[in-house]
Amino acid sequence: MESISNRKKVLDQKPMNFWERMYIPSILKGMGITIRHFFKPKVSVKYPEEERPYSKNFRGLHSLKRDEEGRERCTACGLCALSCPAEAISMISAERKKGEEHLYREEKYAAVYEINMLRCIFCGLCEEACPKEAIFLDGKHATADYLRKDFIFGKDKLVEPKFDYKETH
Amino acid sequence: MELDLIMEKSLLVIVVFVITLAIAAYSTLAERKIAGFMQDRYGPDRAGPFGLLQPLADGGKFFFKEEIIPAGAHKVLFIAGPTIAMITACISSAVIPWGQDLVIGDRVISLQVADINVGILYMFGVIALGVYGVMIGGWASNNKFSLMGTVRAASQSISYEIGMGLSIIALLMVTGSLSLKDIVEQQSGFVNWNIWVQPLGFLIFLVCAFAECNRVPFDLPECETELVGGYNVEYSSMKLAFFMFAEYINMFVSSALMATLYFGGYNFPFMYDLGLSQNWITILGVIALFIKIFGFIFFFMWIRWTVPRFRYDQLMNLGWKVLIPLAIANIVLTGIVTIIKDTYFS
Repeated sequence: MESISNRKKVLDQKPMNFWERMYIPSILKGMGITIRHFFKPKVSVKYPEEERPYSKNFRGLHSLKRDEEGRERCTACGLCALSCPAEAISMISAERKKGEEHLYREEKYAAVYEINMLRCIFCGLCEEACPKEAIFLDGKHATADYLRKDFIFGKDKLVEPKFDYKETH
Repeated sequence: MELDLIMEKSLLVIVVFVITLAIAAYSTLAERKIAGFMQDRYGPDRAGPFGLLQPLADGGKFFFKEEIIPAGAHKVLFIAGPTIAMITACISSAVIPWGQDLVIGDRVISLQVADINVGILYMFGVIALGVYGVMIGGWASNNKFSLMGTVRAASQSISYEIGMGLSIIALLMVTGSLSLKDIVEQQSGFVNWNIWVQPLGFLIFLVCAFAECNRVPFDLPECETELVGGYNVEYSSMKLAFFMFAEYINMFVSSALMATLYFGGYNFPFMYDLGLSQNWITILGVIALFIKIFGFIFFFMWIRWTVPRFRYDQLMNLGWKVLIPLAIANIVLTGIVTIIKDTYFS
């Protein structure tokens, strides 16, 4: 049969010569390779001192955003909870009182906002559903913990810290 | 007078014992770090800086684990196995000369625990006894795989002992004395080292030392993939630690023996030309010996991550059909060269 592509390799199965039968030259060659690898730079990433960078579209931990004046954007409309396929989000809404105009943007706000990180699948549908641009998945990955109840993140872990709008813009 | 000698020797014994244990413990860390570096990764580096507290963590783990003795195992022999292995590993370091004599005041302290005139024979006897530890441990485990591992380990050990003994005979024809102190004293300087006189003998001895310590490429009795751990599969916690420690101590003592017999022991180049006092020569000699020993230990580990494991029949083939004829040829060659040298060049 003719060969269609020229990729056939013919192995030479000659009996080994004296030097090959001794195995010592090949052992020395192998030792050379090993010792070269001893001095090469290592590929390990020493977590937690070094971290691998996340890709641009990585969906990490959630954070509830604030607007330019530092007021929480979230109005507890419940669209994120409705869109969550894993039913991980739950909230209890409350009405904004007289002296709290600097804290919350609109009259309704989320008094209790909880995401169960064990249920969350980090799909980002809550981010797509939010009409107020209040929730974004821009954090790092969820780290390990010992108890199940420590994975229910409340507002203390989810709301982003206050920042100075003038400084960053 | 006698009390002084007893105290001096006891102190030397304690120092040698502690150093042996410390080096064996840190060889476990060195093994893992060197293995890591050769595999493009870091070894353990979480326990202390550069992982230096890792052997302590391992020791702690071994202390806290549960001691299991399997149901059908023979209790006395089960405990006797690792005990014998550990004892024979430790007492083999008694005849190695660690340095020349220290002169403190008017006392001359020799840095060798027992300067017997059959030093090499003692070493071989103790190494042969080490086989008992492995055999008893595997038999007493009441486990098919342990027994297979034990049988293989015992047959491997006794096969390669013959090769070792024959290569030593050729060395004896050159040195003329069994005492390790005499052998080292004949190798003063650099050009007198026995490696230049007996290269083939050294190669045979090296291969047999690898086989005696059950190190790769001869570690069929105890690897995980072939025999599920071999003779130490039923052991947990301290007894397993003894087996593993005995292997590292054997490695250390084999390295010391090779350095002593072939590489000049505590001699270093230009040792008498620098005009140093006796104590300084001794101290530098001890440091030189330890550098050689660490070089050999690194060589053991280097070979481990380079060469694949031998199959059992290849192992036996190498021991009986290749090394023994080579060693006998080495003896004959040494004899011929010695006669020629004495007849024509003396």
